[in-house]
Amino acid sequence: MKESLGTTGLILNEPLLWGKGKKGRRAFSLPRRDVETFLLNEDLTGEGPDFPDLSEVDVVRHYTRLSTWNFGVDTGMYPLGSCTMKYNPKTNERQASLPGLAGAHPLLPGSLSQGTLRMMFELERYLSEITGMDAVSLQPAAGAHGEFTGMLLIYAYHKSKGERRSKIIVPDTAHGTNPASATLCGYQSIPVKSNEEGILSPEAVAKVMDEDTAGIMVTNPNTLGLFEENIKEIAEIVHSKGGQVYCDGANMNAVMGIVHMGEIGIDVLHLNLHKTFSTPHGGGGPGCGPVCVRKHLEPFLPVPRVIEENGIYSLSEDIPESIGRLHAFYGNFGVMIKAYSYILSMGANLKKASQLAVLNANYIKEKLKDVFHLPYDRPCMHECVFSDKIQEANKVTTLDMVKRLMDYGFHPPTIYFPLVVHGAIMIEPTETESKEDIDLFIEALKAIALEAKENPDLLHDAPSRCKVKRLDETTAARKPCLAG
Amino acid sequence: MRYLPHTSEDIAAMLKIVGADNLDDLFSMIPEDCRRTGKLDLPESMTEWELNDFMGELSDSMAVSPEYKVFMGAGSYEHYIPASASYLLGRSEFVTSYTPYQPEMSQGTLQAIYEYQTLVARLLGMEVANASLYDGATALAEALLMAVRVTRRNKVAVSSLIHPLYRRVVQTYFEPSGYEIVELPYLENGKTDLSKLNGMDDLAAVAVQSPNFFGCIEDLKKIGEMIHEKKTLFVTSFTEPLAYGLLKNPGSQGADIACGEGQSFGIPRSFGGPALGMFASKMKYVRSMPGRLIGKTKDLDGKNGFVLTLATREQHIRREKATSNICTNNSLCALAAAIYMASVGGTGMRELARLNYDKSEYLKSELKKAGFKISFDSPTFNEFVVEFPAGFENTYKRLLEKKIVAGLPLAPYYPEFSNHYLLCATETVAKDDMDTLVREVKL
Repeated sequence: MKESLGTTGLILNEPLLWGKGKKGRRAFSLPRRDVETFLLNEDLTGEGPDFPDLSEVDVVRHYTRLSTWNFGVDTGMYPLGSCTMKYNPKTNERQASLPGLAGAHPLLPGSLSQGTLRMMFELERYLSEITGMDAVSLQPAAGAHGEFTGMLLIYAYHKSKGERRSKIIVPDTAHGTNPASATLCGYQSIPVKSNEEGILSPEAVAKVMDEDTAGIMVTNPNTLGLFEENIKEIAEIVHSKGGQVYCDGANMNAVMGIVHMGEIGIDVLHLNLHKTFSTPHGGGGPGCGPVCVRKHLEPFLPVPRVIEENGIYSLSEDIPESIGRLHAFYGNFGVMIKAYSYILSMGANLKKASQLAVLNANYIKEKLKDVFHLPYDRPCMHECVFSDKIQEANKVTTLDMVKRLMDYGFHPPTIYFPLVVHGAIMIEPTETESKEDIDLFIEALKAIALEAKENPDLLHDAPSRCKVKRLDETTAARKPCLAG
Repeated sequence: MRYLPHTSEDIAAMLKIVGADNLDDLFSMIPEDCRRTGKLDLPESMTEWELNDFMGELSDSMAVSPEYKVFMGAGSYEHYIPASASYLLGRSEFVTSYTPYQPEMSQGTLQAIYEYQTLVARLLGMEVANASLYDGATALAEALLMAVRVTRRNKVAVSSLIHPLYRRVVQTYFEPSGYEIVELPYLENGKTDLSKLNGMDDLAAVAVQSPNFFGCIEDLKKIGEMIHEKKTLFVTSFTEPLAYGLLKNPGSQGADIACGEGQSFGIPRSFGGPALGMFASKMKYVRSMPGRLIGKTKDLDGKNGFVLTLATREQHIRREKATSNICTNNSLCALAAAIYMASVGGTGMRELARLNYDKSEYLKSELKKAGFKISFDSPTFNEFVVEFPAGFENTYKRLLEKKIVAGLPLAPYYPEFSNHYLLCATETVAKDDMDTLVREVKL
């Protein structure tokens, strides 16, 4: 293969924050004091926090060194399945830090916040156009928050009809958050298995759907990277018993401009702006998980809602059937700006992004299907799922192989998910990876497959080029040390 | 499009491998009746120049400092963010990584968040803090749900002086569960009235915010003592963590769960989000805690390292039996707060908190001198309520034209408080600006 990306360089050690500094240092410029000291009852005062005192150089070196132990999309390919780790455009960061947007107080009178309100109003419109749904709320702060919101909407819908249903159908290919979100809403999850083709069959859904079931949570495209081809028929079955169809839109990156979610029977859908719409994931958030609904669920959307009248934008609380508030203010506005900038920069190219995402995934699937077991050998969407079945013979697991991938300079794919595939390796390249980078990734995986045969211990000991080797997670959980 | 690297030759070569004639063919498995017929109706794509101009206009239409003097807190505070903090937070190894599922490649995020957990635990005087939740409101809702899990009781009491918008989020979270929320009224001194608690022996939690929505410092210790004998959990909430640079922390006052908003620590207000849900509890409840936790461990060579841990509480392992559905949290905001806490330091935090206290006391005393009534006589931190004469709305509007936002009117949240305004002054407000405000409201 060409020269591998992975190599060893100088990795600097860095102690914990409180292993540095000296009492009396500071990395913060206090403003000049222009008021006198006022009395304060000493019974109220405490000792002040036990923080280290550090100089500005101490702080800057500390975090700079820490950052070098991390790997991000900007470092290299990050093909984490179902996470859509696409490139995060830098201009979006610039826009989000504009003083008028970053400095805006959320409770300013409407007349002084036309810019932020207009942006939210238009972003809602764009997202409803992209998904084909009728109305949007940007309030949920993350995907799981959007799922919870979706469940609350379905709950409120049934309640408005004087019903209280107790169950919800969740397929085995759904994200792990789905059943947890349903539980938060008091629903019992009813599992259904996908069929031998990796998708849901209408018969399986019909068997469990009844009048005590609030609806179904589907992920489409699903976590095997497959389009739920029977979605329309499934939606009809669910609707015929009065249920609602919830779609986890985490995988929307496969179908922008291609599928009209409103017309295939979806009633409520959540998006992850930190996946499909290019906002950075920040090492675990902040995200933003808007919910998009069909007309009949609009009256239940969270408050406040942004409205427009004669070119003037305002926030309305006057939505009597609303499920209420889910965030102290309006959600993760700073994330919305980045998604908004992305949509404005892309325009109709969003469809092209989906097409190339699907092309990249299928290309990887074709190039690697002789090397790794491909449990569902059919055209995939934005991600493809392999297993470690072939390598098992050499006592090499999925975990060993992806740890070795780090030594080659790539972030591992999602592993052991979805649960329906034993030893799953779920690869989502996204559209922003070039053919050369993907070829290098494919070569690395082929080299690893060869190593699995010839020198499996190399894989068992991997990674060897990172800051640390494999970590003892069992002891970490058994004897938790959660603060220093 | 500059984010899409494929040339037409690349596309042709790749299509050939895949066995498709063109890009549309890649979607042939999607049934015809599931396809979208029309094109996406979106504005024409903007160049970076056009985007800069357009976003600049939106930004310019907003009322922000330094042009505007905004004396408004109420859960979103202006504090100075050092240039070094913003700069470090922009390191793209932090910004463009995912949740640290692969610890060997994520030690930067993991150590930084472990340090964040430690600093938050120390700040709040608690034993353990999680890796963050979405914001102060959702943190409170999660705290109350956690108390229900721990105590197996299904009724909670919530002070009416907790941020009104936080209480509404709690209502939303509780609605389908059927758990009962009892609201505790307030006293004339601007603190929570606890008399309703007498005889309530079946509460999962009592939640009180300190400093509360009116800025008043609550007698946390007394409340804790009162409810602990009933095996009720004491949940304390906050919107201004800087207060604990000066005031007694919730842990020392008996809190079982301390949670609130961390935006004050190095996070721009950004129209209310992203923010930072800080969440801490006693160690004995850790297995009922929501959200991610980072733990210290060793690698194969015995070197220190960090991992996501106690995942058996979490949705991706436990599915419907998880302690919470949270997956993505607000990690980058937690990092911002950690950098901020590290920058200000222990000594600095106390000095900064003291300066904040003195600034708002100055404004309070000047308003008092000018003849306005300070509504509650309890000690406050950073913000306080003042009663202006009837018809003050007009003055408020006139001041807006002069680019002064004279606090937050309380009436929309507490209808009984017409003409009462919640004013805030942090270290960012100069004495001159406060003098101007006092002069103007007198006119």
